[in-house]
Amino acid sequence: MSGQALSAPELRKPAPVSGRSRTGLAIVLIGVVLLAATMVLGSHIGEYYYLATYTILQFIVLGTAWNILGGYGGYVNFGTAGFFAIGCYTTIILNKIFPMPLLFEMLVAAATAGVVGLGTGYLTLRLRGVFFSIATLALAIVLQTLIVNWSFVGGARGVYVIRPAVSGIFVSYAQFLVVLMLGLAIFAVVVAWAVEKSWIGIGLAAIRDDEAAAETSGVPSLRLKLIATTMSGALMGMAGAPFPYYVTYVDPATAFGLAIAVNSIAMPLVGGTATWWGPVVGAILLGSAQQILTVTISSAANLFIVGVLLVVFVTVAPRGVVGIVRGWKRGRK
Amino acid sequence: MIAKILEATGVTKRFDGFAALTSVDFTLLKGERVGLIGPNGSGKSTFVNCLTGILAPDDGSIIFDGNDITKTPAWLRARRGLARTYQIPRPFRGMTVQENIEVPLRFAVGHTSAGTISEAAQVILDQVGLGEKADLSPKGLTQVELRKLELGRALAAQPKVLIADEVMAGLSESEVDEILALLNRLNAEGISILLIEHIMRAVMLFAQRIVVIVAGSKIADGLPDEVMQQEDVERAYLGE
Repeated sequence: MSGQALSAPELRKPAPVSGRSRTGLAIVLIGVVLLAATMVLGSHIGEYYYLATYTILQFIVLGTAWNILGGYGGYVNFGTAGFFAIGCYTTIILNKIFPMPLLFEMLVAAATAGVVGLGTGYLTLRLRGVFFSIATLALAIVLQTLIVNWSFVGGARGVYVIRPAVSGIFVSYAQFLVVLMLGLAIFAVVVAWAVEKSWIGIGLAAIRDDEAAAETSGVPSLRLKLIATTMSGALMGMAGAPFPYYVTYVDPATAFGLAIAVNSIAMPLVGGTATWWGPVVGAILLGSAQQILTVTISSAANLFIVGVLLVVFVTVAPRGVVGIVRGWKRGRK
Repeated sequence: MIAKILEATGVTKRFDGFAALTSVDFTLLKGERVGLIGPNGSGKSTFVNCLTGILAPDDGSIIFDGNDITKTPAWLRARRGLARTYQIPRPFRGMTVQENIEVPLRFAVGHTSAGTISEAAQVILDQVGLGEKADLSPKGLTQVELRKLELGRALAAQPKVLIADEVMAGLSESEVDEILALLNRLNAEGISILLIEHIMRAVMLFAQRIVVIVAGSKIADGLPDEVMQQEDVERAYLGE
């Protein structure tokens, strides 16, 4: 269908909506302040707090990435863990054959997961609604089977990863990981914000509401959905790339864990899927709750709270925290 | 001779062996007003879906403004100037009325500045009589208003051809006249219009030519009065 020669006006891209760049700047500024705070805190706080923060930041990235396709475009991806694991195993493979700094491994992971996102998008995005979701679930299962049977990356046994020495400016590897993930979270949120305010976001919103009507209004739906799956997949892959260094031992059951897929959907739903800040709020809320429950009650309570909150929000506040805040604002007017 | 703006040849569409359309030929001239009629389930909407790219015909070709668009995706047909409304209104429910209009302005026409888009949207909303409702959600609109929104969204694409699929169903007589006046105005501005309609009074008032589809085949094509006197048309509508 894209084989047609396009004349100049058809290639013309609608420009982004102007006049909102202040929000983007604010996101970056908050990020810089948080980065500085992390550096200043140094060894004043325990290792545990770094590891807990890392998990929450990782879910900000995953929730935000999921939301680009699922929230803006309305295509529910059950395969987040698959893309996350692609990131993990890209790092593991690179470590074995061509070791390089983690930042570069993240870029390779982004490229790999992005290409897989584009490919699966191309194959599955003609499917609507629940059929697309099932296809993404299948993708994760296929990838997991592949990894389980691939002894080079440890197979079902899993693989140990040794953390490299950390640069002198960081007090510990955990602090380095938090700084790295914080940077990625800021990047992901800025990307999501830019997408939401641009012609891509407007087109995806039209697709979410009514895909056929969007097409007849000139929205190139397949192209937009492919852009969304590629960006979404790449960000998920990037979130997975540092994970082997975080846990130091990776097996398929962890990398493809249910918690990853469930949390990446639950967090945007609890926070609100219509805006960039919904998944951020959801990840902070659910992520912190999980951490607190893990240390106070038990680690088994961790997914339980996700389930309870998800049920509560879907029934009481289907638009998430974003919807509650907007309703409250409207009420005050 | 007036140039053809839209020409369908031998359009055939089957659903699992059921022939929804059998080799339908159809032409629309530049600036023409044509009425497409036929009983429920005769294939009118399927034909519109084939013309606009929502469905791919199994056979046949469609030429629009000199280009073969048989395999062109729907969004590109819209950009080239082939706009339609949906029989059952399909607004973007998460957006305001004005934002609904802005989607084709941005994507089909290719406007880029938010100011231009907003101004153009307001002009169109006034044109279809929804100026007061710009900031409402489509959920708050009546059936009539939803049909006006459908029409407004199609107009926003700045079409060369407008396919109006039952935009008047359920409207009162004065509302039908209102829509007809609007369609006539658009036609006077040079837009060719294909009107699919059950309200015969509207079709007879509006159309310069009438095409009749029955059970997936075209059975008549000609001047309104002549077509309506044709025996098989009468039979299809009134029974034996």
